[in-house]
Formats: sequence, C-alpha cells, structure tokens
Amino acid sequence: MNLHELWSIFVMQGFAGISLFSVLLLMGLGLALIFGQMGVINMAHGEFMALGAYTTYFCSTLVQDHAPRLLPFYFPLAIVLAFVLSAALGAFVEWAMIRHLYKRPLDTLLASWGLSLIMQQTYRSIFGAREVTPTLPEWLMGSFKPTDAIDIPINGVFVLALALAVTGGLVIFMFRTPFGLRLRATVQNRAMSNAVGINTKLVDRLAFSIGCGIAGIAGAAFTTIGSTGPDSGSRYIVDAFLVVVFGGAANLLGSVASAFGIAQAQSILEFFLDGTKGKVATLLFIVVILMFRPQGLFPSKVRSS
Amino acid sequence: MLFKTLFKSRAEFLSYAALTLLLVVVLPVLLPVFRLNLFGKYLTYGFVGVGLVLLWGRCGILSLGQGVFFGIGGYCMAMFLKLEASDPITTKIQSTPGIPDFMDWNQLTHLPFFWEPFKHFPVALLAVVLVPTALAFCLGWAMFQRRVGGVYFAIITQAIALIISLGIDGNQGYTGGRNGITDLRTLLGWDIRSTSAQYILYFACVFFLLLCGLAAKYIINTRMGRVLVAIRDREDRVRFSGYDVALCRTFVFALAALISGVGGAFFVLQVGFMSPSLIGIVPSIEMVIFTAVGGRLSVVGAILGSLIVNLGKTTFSEAIPELWLFLMGGTFIAVVMFFPNGVAGLMEPGGWLSTKLEPFKAMLFGRSGPGSGAGNEVVEVVKNTSVSIAQTTEVTK
Repeated sequence: MNLHELWSIFVMQGFAGISLFSVLLLMGLGLALIFGQMGVINMAHGEFMALGAYTTYFCSTLVQDHAPRLLPFYFPLAIVLAFVLSAALGAFVEWAMIRHLYKRPLDTLLASWGLSLIMQQTYRSIFGAREVTPTLPEWLMGSFKPTDAIDIPINGVFVLALALAVTGGLVIFMFRTPFGLRLRATVQNRAMSNAVGINTKLVDRLAFSIGCGIAGIAGAAFTTIGSTGPDSGSRYIVDAFLVVVFGGAANLLGSVASAFGIAQAQSILEFFLDGTKGKVATLLFIVVILMFRPQGLFPSKVRSS
Repeated sequence: MLFKTLFKSRAEFLSYAALTLLLVVVLPVLLPVFRLNLFGKYLTYGFVGVGLVLLWGRCGILSLGQGVFFGIGGYCMAMFLKLEASDPITTKIQSTPGIPDFMDWNQLTHLPFFWEPFKHFPVALLAVVLVPTALAFCLGWAMFQRRVGGVYFAIITQAIALIISLGIDGNQGYTGGRNGITDLRTLLGWDIRSTSAQYILYFACVFFLLLCGLAAKYIINTRMGRVLVAIRDREDRVRFSGYDVALCRTFVFALAALISGVGGAFFVLQVGFMSPSLIGIVPSIEMVIFTAVGGRLSVVGAILGSLIVNLGKTTFSEAIPELWLFLMGGTFIAVVMFFPNGVAGLMEPGGWLSTKLEPFKAMLFGRSGPGSGAGNEVVEVVKNTSVSIAQTTEVTK
C-alpha cells in the first residue's frame, strides 16, 4: 500500500465520520431544543423523524405516479412539507399531552413512549411493515471522484449541507430573533418571563413544535441514506439523546461538538473493530464519561432554580 | 411484630392474601398447564415490577435499564443449563464436543474462561443473585455519588441497556448472539419441560415472588421506606438531615437489580431460553409500563400489572395484532396522565373507581357494601384485592 492509497482511505474515512456527524447532528438538534431547552423528554422524537421520512416517501410516490417530470424537483418541497407536518403534529401533541406534564419530567418520558407506540403502529397500518425508500432525484445519486481512489457520495454531502443549514438556522433563530430571546428567557427564568409579559405557554408550544419540525427535516434527509420502516425511529432515539446529554443539555453548540466527537470516535472505531463492536465501544465510552461528568462536556452556566 | 411491620392495616393484609390466593390456588386450578406456564412467565416480570416499586415508586429513580439485570440473572441461569445440556456425549457430532453448540458453530475450540464457573450449580445460583446486584451497586454508586438523577439517570440506564443487548448480540461465539441461549432442557438431570416440572417451577416462582414482595413491603413499611420516600420528595432536606442519600439510592438500586435477576432466572427456567431481544431498550421500558399500569406505589399492584398487561399482550396480539400497540400506547398515556398510581391507585378508597362506584354500590347493596354470594371465586378475589390494594399507598400521603 503506497502513500497515495493511504491518503485516499484517510479522506474517505474522514468523510464517513463527517457524514455520521451530520446524521447525529440532525437527530440531536430537535432534541436539543425540546430536551435541552425545555427539559421535556420526548421519546417519540424518533417517530417524528419517521414522519418526515414517510412524508418524503409519500411525496415521491405521488410525484412518480402523477407527474414523473417533476421528479428532479420534488425533494426540497418534500423537506418543507416534512417540517410543516411534523411541526403541526408536534404542536398538537404539546397541546394534548405534554403541557399537562411539564411538572413531571419522568412522566413525559413515559407518556411520549406511549405516543411513540401509537405512531409506530399508525405507520405500520398505513405504509405496511416492510421498509420503504422514496425514488430519489438523479442529482442525489452517484458520487464525486476527485481522484481515482477517492469516492465521495453526493447524498452524504447533501445531508451534511442540510445539517449545517438547519444548525445555522436554529442558531440564528435562537440568538437573533425576538422569539429566540423569549425562549431563552423562559428557559432561564419562567416566572420572571411571565412577569414581563412573555406568553410562556405559547413559547413552550412553538419550541416543542419547531423541535419536532426539525426532527421531520432530519427524517426527510435520512431517506437519502437509508430506508424507512415503522420502527426505524426507535433506532435513532438513544443516539439522539446521548448527543444532547453528552454535549451538555442546555447548550446548543455543545450538541454540535458532541455530535462531531461521537461521530468521529464511532467511525474510527468501526473502521478498526467491526460495526457492532465499534458502536458498543463508543456508547460505553460516552456512558463512562457521563458517569464522571454528568453535566456533559459543555455545561451551560445558568444557575439551576 | 413482624406481621405488624409487613401489613400496616387489615386491608393491606387482605390484598396480599388475595393475591396469594389468586396465584397459589385460583390460577393453578382454573388454567391448563400451558397457560399456567405462560402466567409463570408473566410473573417473572412481576419481580422486576416489585423492584421498580421500590426504586421508582418509592425512591423516585426511574431506571430504563431494569431489563439488563433481569437479563443478567437469566443469562447466569441459562449458561449453567446450557453447559449441562452440552455434555460431551450429546454434542459428540461437534468438532469440539462438550462446548455449547453456538460456540462450535463459531469455531471456538475451548470454553471461554468466564463460562467455567457456570459448570457448578451453587456458583450459578450465587451468580444469579450477585452479578446483577454487584453491577447495579457499581453503576449506582458511580452515578448517585455524583448526583446524577432524574432524567439523566433514565437516559444513561437506557444507554446501558442498549450497550448490553448490542454487546451480547455482537459476540455470537461467547454469548449465543441474537438467537440467545436456546435448547435448555434439564436442571441437574431434571427435565424442566415436563408437566410436573412446569407446575413445580410455577409454584417456586410464585413462592419467591411473594417472598420478594414481602421483603419489599418490609422495607417500605420500616424507617428505610420512609427515608426513600423522603428522598423522592425532598432530596436536599434528607441530605441536610444527615442521611447519605447516595448510599440509600445505591442500596435500593442494587436491591431492585437483585430481585430482577431472580426474576430472570425463573424466566429461563420456565421458558427455556434467553436472548438479547428480551433485555434491550424496548423490553426494559415495557417493564416500567407494567409497573406504571399496575401502580407504581403498590407491590400488589405491580405484580397484578405485569399479569394484566402481559395477558392483554398475549390475548390481543393473538386476536387483533394491529390494535395491540394502539391499545397499549393509549392505555399508557392515559395511565400516566390521568391515573399516575395505576390500577392500584384507581381502586384505593377515595380513588377514581371507588368514587364512581359509590352511587351504584349504595343503590345495589344499600349502605352495607357488596354482598357475600358472588359465586365466582376470581371475581371475589379481584374485588378483595381491588378494595384494599392501595392501602399500601397510604404511607406516602
């Protein structure tokens, strides 16, 4: 093996890590808002991702059946639709269920688990038990080939770009808009925010619904990488929570850093060990670190009440 | 004296007696051996439920990894049974006779070192009890000392459940992998699949479950129990009063693990196999569901909960599988939102059911309460249980 090949392996391996990073980031972002900022454990988060994925699948079959010529263009629209649907459902769930449970965080965990069961079965009833893949537009297939040995898949680049865009959007939203200001105020001191006239209930509902909407975008993005089944949401949920907790729950940028760290560690370990063992080693590593540093890597400096 | 400690009131005693009657007399008389064996399987989850009553209901620690301890207890038992099932004569067609079949399929030529102790029954029995307890103690001590609690504890224990189930899944040669450890036939030469063995194992399971239930009630009703509730409700005050909160939590976590481990061992004995799919994230949460539905504060409630939910699962997934998850999810949301103390909480005097039923009772029986000639024994038992289960929750109020 010469230096050139070694370099190619290095580049491709690095890209595999970055690709995993964008996946973890997309999973974690919505949760960073819902769990990190609001302290609500939404175990149905994975099912909201699946909702986004199924929305994309639905759009693709619709377009394929009725307007095959639009096939190259439907995907961005599907992502928007995935966001809107998930956000709407999220707002409904907040209204019907979550808002009654803010005082009992452990119980939101259990109730949203019940919700996730219902959502899974709904997917199974509507779309069937087997995994589905939408017909992707041509421009998402294939790969870049900067040299002969290097092979960078375009869908990976797409997911990465989307992840970065969503992160950027969320950061701007949180730190540069009036609503973000209200959200941060509510997180820091709910009573005081109420006193200065912030409608904290509305803030809660919007934050939860935007978090779910981001999960929907994530789900739509994941259809470019893998297939979707009724229970694929449950595959993501532990990873998503670990990303958020590991980054220091209330810190949005901490989640980005932890997604990057976890992704690189996992892809390197998976290169040297085999898949499952790499995964186990990464999880073990995170759990051990969390045991010694329960506040996560980048704890926020807010005083707890 | 001990009696007074175990049962604070007559109603509390009656509910436990009714449960005993149901498990020891009614079910074995009414059910054919196949169904009884199924109920025995459900009851092994009752062990986990009893542990969760102490851990979650009383002490406020939600562990989403109880399946791990259930599984470790089960695996310890399964490893012993598997070694007994793979003696050199039965396995002489293998390239290495005398080792479990899945090891042979994975080109292992000798028994891994950690399997060696499980050749001896007393060691295996000790392991069933000690390994989950020791693991829980180490995990609990590491986390509780750093004041990891609430939501974070739940997420970390869930991650541990994922790690253990993936780890077992990924090491097929050492653990049997995804299929688990199967084909368990005999315990010290005694065929555990025969009818008589199934009866005996059922009764042994019930005996140990009721024993664990009594132990849990003992803890709940002594000072320890009150400290646990105090930790749940006002942690800092307990700490300032000079109690070692971390130690108390570690103790109850380890105890819950021990009880779950015993349940796992009985699961293996009655069902005849153990696999990672029984101990991962989903089963671990389901164990919490049983407890929540039955009543997280009540020992009797948790045991009944594991029976009710599992019976529902078997019945519905046989008859209308599409509806089962809707029903379970819906029930669960309803329980969490409206009846946080579960079935037991509903039935306690002053609870939802008794207030709803009060006018009907008055109409039907006058003021004297239900008459005696109910005829059907099960109905009677359920009634007895229902009236009195929730007395156990009185302490906390």
